[in-house]
Amino acid sequence: MLTKLFPNLDVQDFWMATYETFYMTLLALAGTFIIGILLGLLLYLTAKDGIWQNKFINMIVAAIVNIFRAIPFIILILLLFPFTDFLIGTIRGPNAALPALIIGAAPFYGRLVEIALKEVDKGVVEAAKAMGAKTKTIIFRVLLPESMPALISGITVTAISLIGYTAMAGVIGAGGLGDYAYFYGFQRREFDVVFVCTVFIVVIVFIFQFIGDYISNRLDKR
Amino acid sequence: MISIEGLSKIFTSNKRQITAVDDLTLEIKEGDIFGVIGYSGAGKSTFVRLLNRLEEPSFGRIVIDEQEITSLNSNQLRLARQEIGMIFQHFNLLWSRTVKDNIAFPLEIAGVPKAERDKRVRELIDLVGLTERENAYPSQLSGGQKQRVGIARALANNPKVLLCDEATSALDPETTNSILDLLVDINQKLGLTIILITHEMHVIRKICKQVAVMENGRIVEQGDVLDVFLRPKQQVTKKFVEQVMGTNDEDEGVNHLINTYDRGKLIRLHFIGETTNQALISEVAKKYEIDINILQGKITQTQAGAYGTLFVQIDGEAGEIDNAIDFITKTSVEVEVIRDAN
Ligand SMILES: Nc1ncnc2c1ncn2[C@@H]1O[C@H](COP(=O)(O)OP(=O)(O)O)[C@@H](O)[C@H]1O
Ligand SMILES: [Mg+2]
Repeated sequence: MLTKLFPNLDVQDFWMATYETFYMTLLALAGTFIIGILLGLLLYLTAKDGIWQNKFINMIVAAIVNIFRAIPFIILILLLFPFTDFLIGTIRGPNAALPALIIGAAPFYGRLVEIALKEVDKGVVEAAKAMGAKTKTIIFRVLLPESMPALISGITVTAISLIGYTAMAGVIGAGGLGDYAYFYGFQRREFDVVFVCTVFIVVIVFIFQFIGDYISNRLDKR
Repeated sequence: MISIEGLSKIFTSNKRQITAVDDLTLEIKEGDIFGVIGYSGAGKSTFVRLLNRLEEPSFGRIVIDEQEITSLNSNQLRLARQEIGMIFQHFNLLWSRTVKDNIAFPLEIAGVPKAERDKRVRELIDLVGLTERENAYPSQLSGGQKQRVGIARALANNPKVLLCDEATSALDPETTNSILDLLVDINQKLGLTIILITHEMHVIRKICKQVAVMENGRIVEQGDVLDVFLRPKQQVTKKFVEQVMGTNDEDEGVNHLINTYDRGKLIRLHFIGETTNQALISEVAKKYEIDINILQGKITQTQAGAYGTLFVQIDGEAGEIDNAIDFITKTSVEVEVIRDAN
């Protein structure tokens, strides 16, 4: 059916590309989630009147976050080539895209995490302190659970950016739907391929958005 | 039980220094319900937060149950805090947890095993009257129910002291009363010492035995609730007493009474506690050949009994009137004759 409508589409390559897009997005998302939460917590806890109030560390982390957020993603990939080569052993394929994807998305998500944590009621944190909670308990049993809906909607927004990033990474050979659309569709002037890839990317975005909204709503008991 | 010496807290904000609590010295007895009243900004919240070191004291010493709070390191302080319950104006419950799990939280912090935790949570839910609401989320509860969860949570680890910062200020009058009743109930059942911060005198009147009046970070007046009601010395205290008793427009009223009721004696009765005298008027009326006519008065109930004044006209034979007055004088009610028999 797909082959009839879109004569130039190689179904097997196309599914492979879709799989790679999912692969890159999900792995990068996992990495972004963890690193973003770490960055966000660090920003929140070292801020003024925070539990680990520390002007110096706060400034350093904020600077790193701001710098990496300011670099356009396509340039970030190029910039990270040596690092990626060292880490993964290659600069091609989905795995090679992961460091750039995570480093590109984590600072952005870190800011969203910081905002989410700031929204947690100060009174609740104080109540936990008054009960004699350790900082670890405050982080894992108060701050993160209480901000979870916002953390999930934040990661949803980030996931959608990440899907965009995977497509960009594709253009320089990372694999996935972007790669497929560019090398097989655009460069060979086979625009039906570009079209199908676009549709699938949009569908993937919708799927992520739907799942994210669903989880976030389910968790929100306010 | 709680002994506070020279406690001060100085905040520095924008290079300005604010002395929120100023050289405060205080003793609170075990099992007491100790009220601290003052207007907004008087330093009440800061004071109560100093007691569990949510604010670090600038100077001074706090001893709770023979443990010097001010000299504990942060680990010891955490353990000490598990034995000091606290409830808040805005309840401060975790919205992501059910009633049951909110109450279990301090038990988790204290490392109580799961089975024991469940048992204790069930007891507490019964104690505060939230049976069948244990699986609700805070957002599904009324303000009064939320505060009940707050109280249950504060009591989970069997604290010796309960700190209440404006615990009823966000509640309507009826709910306030039910929460105050619960606090008295807990105080009597568990022998818990309660320190209660408020800006509302009727809260003090209803449940406190001792009261301290705060102004500008200092305690300006302190004592038995009845004494403070009866003989407020400071201007602030008089204002607070008026919150409950109304303004003192008595003098004008007295002249009016003297002119209107020209027979017999007019006397003013001061009720200052002791519930045994509640049937005083009927007792006197039965015992002596006199008529008692109640003219005007304000009586309010405190933890230590009735407090207030009552103007009555006593008419009858002069000797019998004097006997009646003698009888009243022997009770705890003070008698003041404002006009002798004509
Ligand atoms: N963290 C703080 N930093 C600076 N000033 C504070 C802080 N907390 C309280 N204050 C000041 O201390 C005074 C007493 O405040 P507070 O204890 O909240 O009074 P109350 O509870 O009686 O209304 C106020 O003047 C307030 O502005
Ligand atoms: Mg206050």
